[in-house]
Amino acid sequence: MHSLLSMKGIDKAFSSVPALRQAHLEVAPGEVHALIGQNGAGKSTMIKILTGVYRRDGGDVRFDDKPADISNPGQAQKSGIATIYQELNLVPLRSVTENVVMGYEPRRLGMLIDWRTAHRRTREILARFGIDIDVRAPLGSYSTAIRQLVAIARAVSLDAKLVIMDEPTSSLDDREVEVLFGVVRELKNSGVSVLYVSHFLDELFQICDRVTTMRDGQTVAVRSIAETSKLELIADMLGRNVEDIEAAGMTDLGGGEKQLGDVLLEADGIATGRRLFEFDLSVRRGEIVGLGGLLGSGRTEAGRALFGVDALTAGEIRLKGKRWAPTGPAGAIGDRIGMLTEDRKAEGIVPDMSVRENMTLALLPRLSRNGQIQTGRERQIVEEYIKALGIKTSNMDQPIRELSGGNQQKVLLARWLATEPELLILDEPTRGVDVGAKLEIQAIIRQYVDRGFGVVLISSEFEELVEGADRIVVLQDGHSVATLENPGITEDALVKAIAHHHTGEHA
Amino acid sequence: MSDGSLSNGKAVSRAPAPLSLGTLRNHGGLIALVLILAFNALFTPNFLQVQTLFVNISQVATIAIVAIGMTLVIATAGIDLSVGAVMALAGALAPLIFLSDFGQAYPALGIAAAFVLPLLAASLCGLFNGIMISYLNVQPIIATLILFISGRGIAQVLTNGNLQTFSNPYFSYLGTGKILGLPFQGWLALVLALAVYWLVSRTIFGRYLLAVGGNERAARLAGAPVRMVKIGAYVLCAFLSGIAGLIVVAINSASDAARNGNLMELDAIAAAVVGGALLQGGRAPIFGAILGAVIIQLVKYTLLANGVEDEVALIAKAAIIVLAVYIQQARKE
Repeated sequence: MHSLLSMKGIDKAFSSVPALRQAHLEVAPGEVHALIGQNGAGKSTMIKILTGVYRRDGGDVRFDDKPADISNPGQAQKSGIATIYQELNLVPLRSVTENVVMGYEPRRLGMLIDWRTAHRRTREILARFGIDIDVRAPLGSYSTAIRQLVAIARAVSLDAKLVIMDEPTSSLDDREVEVLFGVVRELKNSGVSVLYVSHFLDELFQICDRVTTMRDGQTVAVRSIAETSKLELIADMLGRNVEDIEAAGMTDLGGGEKQLGDVLLEADGIATGRRLFEFDLSVRRGEIVGLGGLLGSGRTEAGRALFGVDALTAGEIRLKGKRWAPTGPAGAIGDRIGMLTEDRKAEGIVPDMSVRENMTLALLPRLSRNGQIQTGRERQIVEEYIKALGIKTSNMDQPIRELSGGNQQKVLLARWLATEPELLILDEPTRGVDVGAKLEIQAIIRQYVDRGFGVVLISSEFEELVEGADRIVVLQDGHSVATLENPGITEDALVKAIAHHHTGEHA
Repeated sequence: MSDGSLSNGKAVSRAPAPLSLGTLRNHGGLIALVLILAFNALFTPNFLQVQTLFVNISQVATIAIVAIGMTLVIATAGIDLSVGAVMALAGALAPLIFLSDFGQAYPALGIAAAFVLPLLAASLCGLFNGIMISYLNVQPIIATLILFISGRGIAQVLTNGNLQTFSNPYFSYLGTGKILGLPFQGWLALVLALAVYWLVSRTIFGRYLLAVGGNERAARLAGAPVRMVKIGAYVLCAFLSGIAGLIVVAINSASDAARNGNLMELDAIAAAVVGGALLQGGRAPIFGAILGAVIIQLVKYTLLANGVEDEVALIAKAAIIVLAVYIQQARKE
């Protein structure tokens, strides 16, 4: 088949860690092509190479029958590739028209902008997608969906041949999604190709023609959507066998009731405004409860709700048998709950502060008397944890940003262990750390639990969940849908649990 | 990820070159101070005299005190434009109080009230700034612009726009008193700097302040009371500005609401930045702010003593800020 875009044998490494290995991607003219994969599979690296944000280490890119050597995003736009990001790069305070014609304003007498023509042209472009709005109003006065459509309209008006949409529906409601799909179909009819990146598999079956699946930096499958199933796509993404997933039902997975300590925390049908709709959980003392699910299933959101970061809109939480209304992180810490966040850089470390200051940040209220920090006790505690966790640092006053990722993560883990929480929520505790540190961190978590505390372990690594958790609660679309009990959980079983619900819903 | 660039950065700062950017960054302020002193010793007539020292200390004290407060605010990644207006407000209130009938009838109480009430009013201004910023999420530059404009207006309304002159030896001690032969306000600035340094380095408030400025989301998730910390920084800044306002009035034995603290926000921001504060927050070099204030004062003095016009002095000040910011930018690389 003749291709509009052809990327072949793409290699890319970041400081000698390979992100893409011989990856390939083909998009036909007028095709809606989906690109899917787990976190870290290489989707965004692939797109960034295509749009000139990154340079490829090896491989071949052809676009529109020409070798494409795109070295910056501006060049990508000129050659007909438009990217619609989640965070739109438009100007909310200016009018819809200005946003659409920005940089390409129709002129009169060579210098004056011909607003009449500009407004008319904008209205025409939007009308093609069935949108009829006041183009003179500021863009910011419209919903996210409309803004997204305006971004697409701008792309089309610049004669884009390929429109890349990165998670376009993640902040849209059902009706807005329908409007967006209408636009995608319209693009397709007028011969524009769409590269569609999404975590929501259902959507693909509605609008896509073909799907490319990536895993671990490689392209693992290219399928026609008409000839595949959700189960098959999940199997591709996870690197499992469809037969294995399909063969077993859920029945043999329910383990016997194992009696551990008292129930520490129970969540009953909790929901927050952030894609968490109905989530049940109970954690007993001495237990590691894993949260499994695909990206976007609400794992992190569940952790945030338990830690009081996002306010509950429904349901209730009971802590040690008493109803508990989370008031925020400070309150949760006071009630002896801790949470290691997923994004170490944005939500974990304070880069310019020392290892010592980072480690005791959550402990400060208990480390101080009359507002004064007891520095002697502080140094003693930090010393103990550096030794206990084997943190490699030249001294405790070294800025944390100079440490490796694994050591930074250990400092953050120590930050929470030092507060001696009864319940510790760990969101991707071993992401981005090397294998050695990973094993050490996992051992620390197990030791901690053995002292009679509870852990909620969020991980996108099935191996970590299966081997680390006593029980796994499977989430999907913001709902807890299944619970698996160890011993007896295998990776396959977990994959099945995640997949089966998908297929059940699809049927 | 960025391991490579980090180790490079370390290598650069460890390089033995005597005048590398690293040296400039760490000791630029001191180097500048030595250069200015050397220049003055050689070229400015009568520079090496006690009188010169007195003049400079008494003038630098107000800049230094406000710059300390500004450094706290900048540490939260904020800015406070209202410091000059708060000085005018506090300065206008004090004479009104001790010159009032009550103040005349009970001189001791009057003097005490003339210190306490203006500082309370100043702190309330800081509370207003802090609430606007932390609860209403107004950008600091806009939130403090409100009092920047209205604070001086209120001060002028209170005094009917008149210059209030007075003769009150107790109040004037703040601006003209001497301890061990050196101006009282110099000692006061030093004591305040020590107190705030202790606050930043030893207390939970100080630690939270730096964490909030360094990574606000991480600080909140670690339980830091982000809003209270920000409000605290603005209240302290306004309180210190209030003290500076009182000093200016005491020096002049007169309160002039139109001029007291005029353009002080710029001097204070410049002193904080020259002293090493980062506008993106996370650092609070208190003694750096003092050093910055001294440099700015000395540059002003040098130009004045050598007959350079005031307007030109402003340009020189701008040049210092540009240089300080340039060195800071290099630091971030």
